[in-house]
Amino acid sequence: MLKFFVGRVAVMFLTFVGVSIIAFSFIRLLPGDPVALLSGERVMSPERHAALMHDLGFDRPIVIQYFDYLWGVLRGDFGTSIVTKQPVLDQFFQLFPATLELSVCAILFAVIIGIPAGVFAAIKRGSFFDQAIMGTALIGFSMPIFWWGLLLIMLVSNTLQWTPVSGRISLMFFFPPVTGFMLIDSLLSGETGAFKSAVSHLILPTIVLGTIPLAVIARQTRSAMLEVLSEDYVRTARAKGLGPLRVIGVHALRNAMIPVVTTIGLQVGVMLAGAILTETIFSWPGIGKWMVDSVSRRDYAVIQGALLIIAATIMIVNLVVDLLYGLINPRIRH
Amino acid sequence: MNTYKKLIAATALAVLAGGMTMGAASAKTFVYCSEASPEGFDPGLYTGGNTFDASAHTVYNRLLEFKPGTTEPIPGLAESWEISDDGLQYTFKLRKGVKFQTTDFFTPTRDLNADDVIFSYERQWKADHPWNKYVTGTSWEYFAGMGLPELLQSIEKVDDMTVKFTLKRREAPFLANVAMPFASIMSKEYADKLQADGAMNQLNQKPLGTGPFAFVGYQQDAVIRYKANPDYWGGKQKIDDLVFAITTDASVRYQKLKAGECHLMPYPNPSDVASMKADPNLKVAEQEGLNVAYFAYNTTQAPFDKVEVRKALNMAINKQAIVDGVFQGLATPAKNPIPPTMWSYDEATVDDKYDPEAAKKMLEEAGVKDLTLKVWAMPVARPYMVNARRAAELIQSDFQKVGVKVEIVSYEWAEYLDKSKDKNRDGAVILGWTGDNGDPDNFLDTLLGCDAVGGNNRAQWCNKEFDELVTKAKETTDVAERTALYKQAQAVFKKEAPWATLDHSLSVVPMRKGVEGFHQSPLGDFAFDGVDIVE
Repeated sequence: MLKFFVGRVAVMFLTFVGVSIIAFSFIRLLPGDPVALLSGERVMSPERHAALMHDLGFDRPIVIQYFDYLWGVLRGDFGTSIVTKQPVLDQFFQLFPATLELSVCAILFAVIIGIPAGVFAAIKRGSFFDQAIMGTALIGFSMPIFWWGLLLIMLVSNTLQWTPVSGRISLMFFFPPVTGFMLIDSLLSGETGAFKSAVSHLILPTIVLGTIPLAVIARQTRSAMLEVLSEDYVRTARAKGLGPLRVIGVHALRNAMIPVVTTIGLQVGVMLAGAILTETIFSWPGIGKWMVDSVSRRDYAVIQGALLIIAATIMIVNLVVDLLYGLINPRIRH
Repeated sequence: MNTYKKLIAATALAVLAGGMTMGAASAKTFVYCSEASPEGFDPGLYTGGNTFDASAHTVYNRLLEFKPGTTEPIPGLAESWEISDDGLQYTFKLRKGVKFQTTDFFTPTRDLNADDVIFSYERQWKADHPWNKYVTGTSWEYFAGMGLPELLQSIEKVDDMTVKFTLKRREAPFLANVAMPFASIMSKEYADKLQADGAMNQLNQKPLGTGPFAFVGYQQDAVIRYKANPDYWGGKQKIDDLVFAITTDASVRYQKLKAGECHLMPYPNPSDVASMKADPNLKVAEQEGLNVAYFAYNTTQAPFDKVEVRKALNMAINKQAIVDGVFQGLATPAKNPIPPTMWSYDEATVDDKYDPEAAKKMLEEAGVKDLTLKVWAMPVARPYMVNARRAAELIQSDFQKVGVKVEIVSYEWAEYLDKSKDKNRDGAVILGWTGDNGDPDNFLDTLLGCDAVGGNNRAQWCNKEFDELVTKAKETTDVAERTALYKQAQAVFKKEAPWATLDHSLSVVPMRKGVEGFHQSPLGDFAFDGVDIVE
């Protein structure tokens, strides 16, 4: 087990170095430099430009810049934003809870609705319900996020006035963040109505971000269920006289869930991409929007730092999962 | 519970009791749906208008201020000033009894004095000043951009309430520069405390000044909160709290305004303006912006080095079609390189008439055949040009009519700005400018002066006559004399046609019906001093 662990950690370290090289070099491949952008349309003199490039260390050979950066990262220093002049790590942890909170809610929304819808469509295969659910899923999958978000805002927030337009909580609530998760912080604040306000602000972004994963999960569940329902053991279970709920819920769904769980995992990537747009529409202060803004500002430290932290987080989660697999299934260790 | 929290709680209860759910509806909390997050809160460090709105126009003041709604410098923290006969010395008499804000993070013990003024300038000017490099990559962009390091000879404290600036040369726009956001006056006492605490970067995160609103807190990319400064020298504000709700998408800002979640928003989509005007709960303020969009030829390259070719192409552009097609009418065709709201604008200028037939003939006479031209279209929307691609397509179709083939090119914004400066650039560039301080010099010399070739002068146009006129105007303090010189310069510009002047866009500000006392700034600032809600 120790050998397995050491092997995994070594691979992880190499991957981390690989990601750091990619993150570091890709942003520098983009034309335009961060110093020139500081002055916008107002052109900076070549002398000032050179002086600032020197101050920021951008005039050194790129390999030296990289090792200097890597050395900093290994000591926990991810650099400072050239724009806000604040440490990248501080900003990341200030914004990440918002993205995480929204993503978790969206995936829960997708799973809670997507799986039952897929199962139902599979059971009623070919029926009107099946057609309706799959048709809706197709529309959901093809829906441009931006358009969908604006449509919901116009309908639900403005015409029906059921939810607020954007933000994380009503502006009348003002309390210092404790966890960064608004649902938790609003409860901790003890202010009447704060939690309700936080929930109402989450509804539309959750629906918008969860729509595509929901459609994918529903379609995947349906096809997996159809496959499993035609298996011999399901027929046997039915022949034994088991009730439909037990056949579907226990025998079929459990096996059908294997590819669905993989799909849900894959949706996390889709979710991050969708978060960028969703955060923009709903003025949601998360890392998606922050990273996109940083690309256009050539804020090297922010982009490479954020990419590295996200990659490291995913790698650590994978490592833990691999180790757990190893514990559960001894064959994997070999 | 501190006073502010009590206020918020009381406001919340009042709103809930009224059966309303939106924060913006509270009695005297003014919510502004701002378009972007501030880069920081030290206006000296940045160039972005939204950053200035969040710092310079709320928390800070300057020696001189622009009169609300105009670009006329008026007394600010300096109640009067004198200019020496040789035009080199500016002596500012400071206003007495001006208090810095008292906040959760700092309690001032003294009023504004000359030390604060000297500190505010020297930190940007002197490389050996302890605050000159107080955060990573400190770049005093505007201070350098307005040429102050080369212009200033000395800044002296005459007495506690008098400061004397000595310049190396006569420069009339200096007074306007003093009113610009970068010249905001900081508290030296606060800075000294931060320095002693080893927390210098807090100056860029927790601003403290003499302005109408005191900073309360910033939740990154979401909300900035201010409270009215009870000790403000300009009088008590009519609102209690000011909130910036950062909303980057223009359509969403509009939805929030409609839903009553904010009182005022900047930069609407041009296509939404008609429905905003029709909404009984909203009103829309309009003003000609202090900007120009231009189409700059590379005047050093054939055949664009010939005036008649440039003139002919200018005559081939249908500016009204750009105004209608790109701005939905929310702009005016430009005939001068400075906007009509700026003093010294020459009304008498006769624009090149849109006449494709005559243009075609002129090109033939100039010996131009089978001309192909690259048209550079900006990849981003700016107030002066909201859709450069669309404008480029319209120009493409206009030029096709006179037998000129157009290839539209675009680059990522940083690259666009960089490559378009190149003296050997191939093609004509769509770009523009928004005035910084309301002085014509800020357009004419900055964008068309010989010193700006290879930089802001995208036409790479160096005309001796024009340059002499503009330089002379810069050194003259008499406004009437300057006006005459600038008018002559505009005539030279029109004759030489280094650009096709495209448009001056209208600045449109939608707000809730009950908003009163908001002054639209020609400089594009959003300042809420004196604003009120009477809903």
